Amino acid sequence: MQELMERAKELLASGEVARVLGWKKGENDWDVEPRFFESVDSLQDFVYDGFCGANLSKYMIEAGKKEGKTLVFLKPCDSYSYNQLLREHRVDREKAYIIGVGCKGKLSISKIPFDGIVSVQGASYPDVSENLTVQTLYGTQTVAYKDAMLERCHVCKGKEHVVYDELLGESTDTVDADRFAEVQRIEAMSPEEKFAFFQKELSKCIRCNACRNVCPACSCRKCVFDSTAFNSDQKANTTSFEEKMFHIIRAFHVAGRCTDCGECSRVCPQGIPLHLFNRKFIKDINNLYGAYQAGSDLETKAPLTNFTLDDAEPGVGRG
Amino acid sequence: MPVTENWKPTIVAFCCNWCSYAGADLAGSSRLAYPADVKIIKVPCSCRVNPMFILRAFEKGADGVILCGCHPGDCHYSTGNYYARRRMTLLFSMLDYLGVEDGRTRVEWVSAAEGVKFSETMNSFVEKVRGLGPNVRLGDLRCRN
Repeated sequence: MQELMERAKELLASGEVARVLGWKKGENDWDVEPRFFESVDSLQDFVYDGFCGANLSKYMIEAGKKEGKTLVFLKPCDSYSYNQLLREHRVDREKAYIIGVGCKGKLSISKIPFDGIVSVQGASYPDVSENLTVQTLYGTQTVAYKDAMLERCHVCKGKEHVVYDELLGESTDTVDADRFAEVQRIEAMSPEEKFAFFQKELSKCIRCNACRNVCPACSCRKCVFDSTAFNSDQKANTTSFEEKMFHIIRAFHVAGRCTDCGECSRVCPQGIPLHLFNRKFIKDINNLYGAYQAGSDLETKAPLTNFTLDDAEPGVGRG
Repeated sequence: MPVTENWKPTIVAFCCNWCSYAGADLAGSSRLAYPADVKIIKVPCSCRVNPMFILRAFEKGADGVILCGCHPGDCHYSTGNYYARRRMTLLFSMLDYLGVEDGRTRVEWVSAAEGVKFSETMNSFVEKVRGLGPNVRLGDLRCRN
């Protein structure tokens, strides 16, 4: 982290970049939030640790509208999102200075209250340690780092950045699960069970739009879910159709463009496993139209804007 | 709605202007019968069908939705149905994943000369949906009614 901060100060002081897009310390260890740092002094709040799960790619759209270059820190998986935005002409590569940072898997505070660890008051860990120290009302406990990792880190896309100007730090391989295992489990259910499963999950949704707002693929200037009636943002006006179909529509809108960065599931305050929708599309696309990873390059045609003469007929991939 | 012997499903059929709608026309002028439960919506091309149309049809009470277009290779706009094919493949797979039985959705390529195929397709599709009963799933996905 010190290394990143020093490098950011250096670039900011030399005038090569006008601002730094990074993570800012919060009140608690886990309250890290994305932030633009405009001056060297403000960088004292900069932080990079296990709680920096936030994907900064989407903020680069905003940064592109400002004067000068922006220094941005991207983890390997974030760089896929950035590349996808680049390909969609939503960000300006000329106005970005990208430092690819190492990642050892990111933590989710909401995963920690398990195994009798209740009333969590704080959590911290020494940089290299394998274990996480959790302060609770009933004393300090330790949790294996792996057990508190975000879901997406268990199916990590790898240690390689797909776009960067320079690299800092080491990454480790954190894969220990099958990316499509849960999707397959649901596919094997009966229609009644599938419906019961999704109804249980989706009925928790409060339509806060956090998943949409954080999603790098959901970056349309005009969104179908925005109110047209009052020109007020977001949730002021929704029809019952939107209410019911929100997640299906959203998943379809990002199908073929979703890099599976897992931000939707990370930010959902209700803990809905939203990545299951996106992964279903990714799985089908991979099976039917050949393996495709959105954001991995700038040339390959996206599966939904492409076709072959002998594509599978609808109904083939089902069941 | 209780499923009774007289229950009739509501079927929405999206038909492309150039092939399938003409096919339906031919079925009519050839005096071939197909169930009156099928409500045909004419679209310029099968590719015009936004996935939201399908969802909207289900939300408004359709028990089954079928999309008919020109045979691959015969699209009036050259390639429209190829895109539609990919989209519908993914959407219908997703609906199945959510618990909407795959019998409720279907894509069939019907040309302007295939009046018989149109009538047979509609008969078999309606029969299939009748067997599945009313669709309450999509409208109820978030326990909203």
